[in-house]
Amino acid sequence: MSWASATEFFAMGGYAPFVWGSFAVTALCILVEPLLIRARRRRALEALKRAAVSATRVKHEAAA
Amino acid sequence: MSRPIVNWFRFSSPQAFYPLAGTLAPWFAAAAALLAATGLYIAFFVAPTDFQQGEAYRIIFVHVPASWMSMFIYVVMAGWAGLGLVLNSRLSGMMASALAPTGAMFAFLSLWTGALWGRPTWGTYWVWDARLTSELILLFLYLGFMALQAAIDDARRADKAGAVLALVGVVNIPIIYFSVQWWNTLHQGASVSLTRAPTMAAIMFTGMIVMVFAFWMYAIAVSLARVRAIILERERHAGWVLELAEGRA
Repeated sequence: MSWASATEFFAMGGYAPFVWGSFAVTALCILVEPLLIRARRRRALEALKRAAVSATRVKHEAAA
Repeated sequence: MSRPIVNWFRFSSPQAFYPLAGTLAPWFAAAAALLAATGLYIAFFVAPTDFQQGEAYRIIFVHVPASWMSMFIYVVMAGWAGLGLVLNSRLSGMMASALAPTGAMFAFLSLWTGALWGRPTWGTYWVWDARLTSELILLFLYLGFMALQAAIDDARRADKAGAVLALVGVVNIPIIYFSVQWWNTLHQGASVSLTRAPTMAAIMFTGMIVMVFAFWMYAIAVSLARVRAIILERERHAGWVLELAEGRA
């Protein structure tokens, strides 16, 4: 498949909005999803750290 | 089953599976990236223009992979959910919960890319034919599964309720698959079959299959990463999780 020019490639034979609209939204989803998972993981670790801190505080208060 | 080299059932413990998932996920991500690069190159620089549809047909390289994955992930999700129901295993339920958002995303992409393909080729973004309607129902099943689990506080009960929904919804998958055969649909019939050669040009078929595998590797990578987050959430009272969190302080 040889495109005559970059312009022709991006034009996609007149179907640019449909073809690029499909690929762009797909790429967006595939880029965003791992970021959301990373954020979820970070939130889980932060919640665990907070729980560990308050557990230590309770232990010290109980000992005191 | 006398003394296997590896006791695979060891990995049904969240504590054992957590590091395994962490090791495997990057490999599947790398495979996905390589396959996607190859598939996209074929899609845009090797596969020729279609005689009937022009360049619009190139949407096939994301539409079919997304659709196939949306169906496949649902079956796998229902499988893990069913296994968790039968064996009462926590990790199976966690795996089902990890797969759902990715499956929902692919179901949405199937409908989105399909709508953008339908507009120039059929003249409409949407029609209530059997294939499109049953794929929309699949999206609702995914969202319903996620909402149901989110609504139930106790994780084990959420697993069980979600499993029942997932298993009942499995009937939708053969409906989607056979819809173009059983009913008179606007969506085209099957070009790809297990029993005969595909009715599309070989290079187009190849590009499409490469993209299917790219999406599959991506789905595995992302689900493994997500199940690790779910394990941290649900096993938060376990000693090893607290130690892990402290280690990251």
